[in-house]
Formats: sequence, C-alpha cells, structure tokens
Amino acid sequence: MTSNLHMYVMVLPLFGALLVSLFGRINRRAILPLTLVSLALSALASLGVMQSVLQHGSFSYTVGNWQPPFGIELVVDHLSAMMLVLISWVALLATFSSLKSVARDLEGREYQFFTLYLILIAGLHGLVLTGDAFNLYVLLEITSITTYGLIAMGRGRAPLSSFNYIIMGSLGACFYLLGVGYLYILTGTLNMADIARILPTVTGEVATATAFGFMLVGLLIKMAFFPLHGWLPHAYSDAPTGAGVLAAPLMTKVTVYLMIRVMFSIFTVDSPLIQDAGVQNLIVWVASFAIIIASVLALGQKDFRRMLTYIIVAEVGYMVGGAWLANAQGLTGTILHIVNDALMTLCLFLAAAAISYRIGGLGLERMTGLYRKMPITMAAFTLGAFSMIGVPPTCGFFSKWYLILGGIEAGQYSFVVALVFSSLVNAVLFFRIIEIAYFRLDGNGHDHAPVKVEEAPMMMLQPLVVVAILLLAVGFGTGPLIDHVIRFTLPGVF
Amino acid sequence: MDAFMTEVVAKYNYWIYVILMMIGFYAMIGKRNLVKKLLGLNIFQTAIILLFISAGVKRGGGIPIVDKHAALEHGVHAAQTVNPLPHVLMLTAIVVSVSVTGVALAVLLRIWREYGTLEEDEILEKLSQ
Repeated sequence: MTSNLHMYVMVLPLFGALLVSLFGRINRRAILPLTLVSLALSALASLGVMQSVLQHGSFSYTVGNWQPPFGIELVVDHLSAMMLVLISWVALLATFSSLKSVARDLEGREYQFFTLYLILIAGLHGLVLTGDAFNLYVLLEITSITTYGLIAMGRGRAPLSSFNYIIMGSLGACFYLLGVGYLYILTGTLNMADIARILPTVTGEVATATAFGFMLVGLLIKMAFFPLHGWLPHAYSDAPTGAGVLAAPLMTKVTVYLMIRVMFSIFTVDSPLIQDAGVQNLIVWVASFAIIIASVLALGQKDFRRMLTYIIVAEVGYMVGGAWLANAQGLTGTILHIVNDALMTLCLFLAAAAISYRIGGLGLERMTGLYRKMPITMAAFTLGAFSMIGVPPTCGFFSKWYLILGGIEAGQYSFVVALVFSSLVNAVLFFRIIEIAYFRLDGNGHDHAPVKVEEAPMMMLQPLVVVAILLLAVGFGTGPLIDHVIRFTLPGVF
Repeated sequence: MDAFMTEVVAKYNYWIYVILMMIGFYAMIGKRNLVKKLLGLNIFQTAIILLFISAGVKRGGGIPIVDKHAALEHGVHAAQTVNPLPHVLMLTAIVVSVSVTGVALAVLLRIWREYGTLEEDEILEKLSQ
C-alpha cells in the first residue's frame, strides 16, 4: 500500500511559501495563519507517514511515474519517516517563537523572511525523502540558499557571516557534486539503490575511493565538522533570532543523516571503504579531537548564543564519531542523538530567543537574577542544559550512553574520553549560567523585595515548555523508539 | 616523462578540469577580496560542469534527438548518440550556480553599503573598532 501522504509533508510548506509571498506582502496579518496552518498540516501528515511505515514497513514512490533508475525515486523507510516527523515538529514549534521575534526584529519584511523559512523546511523534507544522489545535491542547495538569505537578514556583521557561509557552503556542495560525478562516470546511474547495486561490480578502487572522499568531505563541510567548522559560529549567532531557532536544530542534524545515507545507502556497509580500519580510526580520532577543541572554545565565549554554536560543533563530532565506530551501539547512539540533539538545541535556542526578547541581549553578565524574572523560561532552560550535559532521565543521557558503549565496544577509548570530557565541560558551562542567573543578584539586590516576574510572551513560552517536556518524554521513550524505529535502520551486518 | 605526457594528452579534458578547479579553489581560500572569492567559486563550479559534460562525449556521436519512427524500426544506436543526461544535470547545476551567485552578489551589495569596502581585512578592522 502506498499513499501520497509523504508528498503533502514536503509540498505543504512549499505551497505555504507561495501563499505567504503572495498575500503576506499585501496584509501582514495573513502570514501567521498561513505559516502555522501549512506547517501544522505537514506535521500531522508526517505522523500519518510514520504510522504507515510502522504498520506496513518502508516503501518507495516514483514521482510522475517515471520508473527508477531513470525517474527520481523517493524512499520512505523507518529512518526517513523518523526524520520527517522530527523536522516537521521541530519546525512547527520553532515557528511560534520566530513569528513573535521576527515581527519585532524585521518589521515590514516578515513576508520575505517566512517565504524563505518555509522553502527551507520544504527543502529539508525533500532531503530526507530523496533516493537520488543528484536530486540530493539540488535539495542541499535549496536549503543552503534559503539559509544564506535568512542569515543575511540579521543585523551587524550578519552579511559578512552569510557571505563566508556562502563560500564554504557552496564549496561543500561542489565537493559533493564532484563525488556524484565520479560515481556517475563509474556506474552510469544516479539512483542510490542502483549505485549500491552496481558499485561492487565496478573495477577502479581509486576512483571509487575518490568519489567517496569528495562526497564525505563535502558533507562534513556542510555539517561544520571540526576543522571545517569556521563558518558556523558566526553564521548562527549573527542570524536573526527567528532563523537561528530553525536552522541550528535542523541543518547540521539533517546533514549527519545525509552522511549516514551516503555511507549505508550508496556505498553500503560491505564496502571496503567503510570497513577500512584506517579510515574509521582517522575519522573517530578527528571526531574526538573536534569534541574536545569545540568544548574548550565554548568555554571561552561570553555570549550565550555563541556558546551554544560551539556546543553544536562539538555535538556534530559526537554524531560523526558515533557513525564511524562501525558497530550497532555507535550507530544507534548516532541516530538517537540526531533526534535528541535537535530537541535539546531547539530547547536552548528557544530559551535564548525568549531571554533576548525580554532583556535585549544574551551577554552572560546580563543574565543575573533571571530565575526570578522569568521562572518558567529558566526552568525549561535548566532541563535543556541537563539534557546537554547528559543527566538522566533527560534524553541527552541515553544517546550519550549508547555512544560510549559503542566506543568501548570498538576499542576507541579516545572517543569515550572525549565524550566524558565534553560532558564535564558542558556541566561547567551551564552551571556557570545557572550560578549567574540564580544566585547572583542585581547590583542593588541585597534587599528582599520580590522581583517583578516578566515572562516572555506566550507565543515564545508555550513551544519552549512543550520542548522541555518532550526532552523528558523522549528520554523515557528511548526503549520503544529504538525497538520500533531505530532497530530497523541499522544495516543487517551489525 | 613520455608516458606521463601520453597520459596527459589522452585525458586532457580531465587535466583541464583539475587545473581550473585548483585555480578556483585557490581564489576561494587564498584571496582576501570578497569578489575574487566569489569569482573563484564560479570558476570552481565551471570546472565541475566541464567534468560532467566531457564525461558524456562520444567520438563521432550525434545529437541525442531521434526520429520516433526510425527509432521504433531500427532501435537507437547508443554508440552514435551522445549521452544527454550529463548535459541535463549540468543545466540544473548552472541554475544552482547562478542562484548562488545572485544571492552572494546581493549580500556583497549590503556589505559594500555597510562598510564601504569589499576587502575582508578592512572590514574586519572596521568591525574590531
């Protein structure tokens, strides 16, 4: 049984973008209902897709009835269905907050912002659905170009950050395209399943390895893996608040998903390149190094949002390292961490958005006494922080646990040490903020006059509370999530 | 040396693509002027386009437009027809490259209006003040 439901997940935000660009410029009050309705319907449809995959297993869909390998095939399996649900719900929750902050930051240009915003979401959905290597490149560029635009709308040095991201992002995409070119010359096809079928029969190990190298490096640039991460901290901290809450949780995580797709859907687990101990060791070592350096860099930041961007770079190290441990525990940890990290990052960026909406900045020294001023925001922030550190029962603990188990099983102790080190650094980072915001009082604050509670507006507070609860819910639901979804995504050999 | 030269001449299309790619890569990474970086990106993308197009070439191949009736009667001779797929793919890649250039130029315009220069060093100097 196949249905068209997954097409609606992707097309509804795209259609919403068209309507926002048409009617939003005439009347700005049309933007809110159009954006929310298209995203909410898309999120509901994603649940339908997930349910259908859980009941009937994975299926593929040929667009326009051009049969693969000639036509473009969409593949809906457990992993992509999970990603669809993740993307559409994270996007929906982030949108409530960005509708509020964009109305203030970019007055009069909201329709431009939300047109790009919705196209970005549609592109992300397309990325996780596509089963075609070249189509993936096009969608990668759709998501990137919209993100360049969104980032450039920020204030201050945002255009410069956006330009650096354009150069690095396009370089990454070009490398990926080169890899696809090599594969096309070798196999004569672009369909992922078809490439995987033909590749073992191809002679020319060097050319195959070159293709793999180009694709991998391209994706590593796009996901800001450590030595190639230079563009990310500026881009995400200079972006308008409303763009940060969407791009930060989703972009890097979806690119990690793409790396897993390239590794296991194009090259397959039996490929000598993935089984090669030298390659595995190299990448896991660099990942360990990445985690440690990014954590140390995060320590040096004086701005909350900038600190979070370096934590994102460290988390990318977790996921890349986990995938290259090449065992079931590590890959389970990586896929689980894609979900958890998207939620944790969303939680912390929503908290940052709410705080900066109220106090106008995110310098750490300005956060004194925040627990009294914004108790609910800070409670949610604390949950997000605990999840980032990896305190049970928040979800961050479980994925880290699997990653550490995988590291021990693979004998990669450097990776285990890096994970534990990063948890400790995260603890220092977040307890420093908790210390400032909870214990330190304002300069004249030695009297016990009750501080006036000034919470963020409801539009920003509600999604934050929902995400904080989700962090706990996913933590408690880790077992079923692995048994019913992630277990099916692991390659058979593991 | 002779063997190397034969290799270069036999696969000259790939060598041209590698040289162009290196020029573009150098401009993107090494140059401090933002417009030169963007030009480097364009050269890099052109190199990739040439790689794909040259992969589709066949000696003595004709254009891939076939007469329907002739094709139904005699079939299509793959050896006498150029593979059209790389060209189609590169049409899409050109669209992508033009869009990226457009966005980048718009962003450069904003940088120019804000800082009055497109030299990265001068912008960073102004930012640090």
